[in-house]
Amino acid sequence: MKESSTITDTISNRATSAIELRDVTKRFLTPGGQVYTAIHDINLSVAPGEFVAIVGPTGCGKSTTLGLISGLEPASEGSVQVMGEPVQGIDPRIGYVFQSDAVFPWKNVLNNVATGPQFRGQSKTGAYQKAREWIARVGLTGFEDRYPHQLSGGMRKRVALAQTFINDPQILLMDEPFSALDVQTRTLMEDELLALWSSLQSSVVFVTHDLEEAISLADRVCVLTAGPATVKGIYTIDLPRPRKVEDIRFDPRFNELYRRIWEDLREEVMISYERTKQRG
Amino acid sequence: MSVQSKEVNEHTTTALESKEVKSYSAARQRRRILVNVLRVLFIVVIIGGWELGVHWKLPGAHDPVIDPFFWGQPSGIWMQLVTWVTQGTAQGSLWEQIAVTIEEAILGFVIGAVLGVVFGIVLGRNRFLADVLGPYVKVANSIPRVTLAPLFAIGLGLGMQSKVALAVVLVFFIVFFNAFQGVREVDRNLLANARILGASPRRITTAVIIPSALTWIFASLHTSFSFALVGAVVGEFIGATQGIGLLIQNAGQNFNPNGVFAAMVILAIVALLSEFLITALERRLLRWRPNTVSDVTI
Repeated sequence: MKESSTITDTISNRATSAIELRDVTKRFLTPGGQVYTAIHDINLSVAPGEFVAIVGPTGCGKSTTLGLISGLEPASEGSVQVMGEPVQGIDPRIGYVFQSDAVFPWKNVLNNVATGPQFRGQSKTGAYQKAREWIARVGLTGFEDRYPHQLSGGMRKRVALAQTFINDPQILLMDEPFSALDVQTRTLMEDELLALWSSLQSSVVFVTHDLEEAISLADRVCVLTAGPATVKGIYTIDLPRPRKVEDIRFDPRFNELYRRIWEDLREEVMISYERTKQRG
Repeated sequence: MSVQSKEVNEHTTTALESKEVKSYSAARQRRRILVNVLRVLFIVVIIGGWELGVHWKLPGAHDPVIDPFFWGQPSGIWMQLVTWVTQGTAQGSLWEQIAVTIEEAILGFVIGAVLGVVFGIVLGRNRFLADVLGPYVKVANSIPRVTLAPLFAIGLGLGMQSKVALAVVLVFFIVFFNAFQGVREVDRNLLANARILGASPRRITTAVIIPSALTWIFASLHTSFSFALVGAVVGEFIGATQGIGLLIQNAGQNFNPNGVFAAMVILAIVALLSEFLITALERRLLRWRPNTVSDVTI
């Protein structure tokens, strides 16, 4: 009886959510031997094909949440489920775009993009062919032989996107991927991300400290509290799609949403700011 | 009106610019010539001063300022080199001596470097093993390892093995520490990215750890070939039938400072050639780097 209920539960999960965090807590042991709680009782579910942005003050545990979903780090408490199954180690259906440059500096663009398929056992020719397609899709044709240090920040990000998308991830985790870019490049990359995402229909969890970015990209925005992070509020962004990031910021609805969410976020930012002041 | 003034403005800037470029490149050219002239002058003064010192006596003094009996003289060193090249050495042809020493050094260098890289990566990847062996590695590193030379001569005889063994020991620790550190310094983001992209632990080692530790490893290879030469030469001091070390040893015992210096010149040429080859290899393997850091030029 109990078994059958678990099975129906799993099935219903699979139908409803791609990612499911239930009462998830993550604690770390600091080098000094103290226990540090990064996130506390987080509840969040992401539907298949949904784009969720997580915003919160600096250092509140946004990246930790992504680490738990990806399987890079185990949760201390609570359950983390991906596609209805508990996360155990790294799931091949997940893609992860890192905040800093995580492209391999000793590989040229072609080899960087082909890395995933090659790690996953594809033949070299097959991997290269697929990599060339993706290089074209992110607009880097002609740069296959370049090494990352020969590219601009925006181009390196394109390589990182191609490197992730080539594995056809059903779940895409992004950790402030565009925070190091200048504003113009950033808007361009955001538009490109939306275009790529709409063609793939994967679920996205996008971590950012920039509320404008969160609202312009996401279906829902989740505000986290200052560390230990927990969910403070979740807002549905009912702006129409397809969106143009550079235009949507002038939409009156955008401003309305921004003001509402900022009310919530500002308190947390102030708390976090006061703490850093005391520490400094 | 305004368009015209803009054009004039542009025109004058480009003219100014090209003039500036010219004067800059002229200044750079002058500087390069000056540097080269001073370089030549420097070595002429040193060698010339040495040669003059041998012939020059202070008023009232019995011996010259530099006594060639103890310190040799440049012309004597040159004569010694010519004799070795044309008539061979007391131990046989000069080329044979050079070949023997180089062979010992290269064998020691290759074996030591391979062992150093392997142990460095294994210990760098395995924290537990590193914690267990750490203190012993530190102790072994703090002992001056040339002191092992007599031991190797006893245990391995006067042949090539004892010299190779000494070179291996000298090279191993340098490469080991760099490889170990290189593995430890691998960017955490790159590791996480490789894992997400689907790398197995073995692929992580071959596709992420080794390429990124290579910068560190190459930095150590530059110095370690000189240490391989030291190992070979010191090994030959202790006891040998052939080699440049033996050449130096014999010259020293026969009160022939010119012979010692001549052998040093040969060693310097060998070391420079090896450095050139390692740099070329590094340039090839580390093409992806913006510029070579380990290549210290002054």
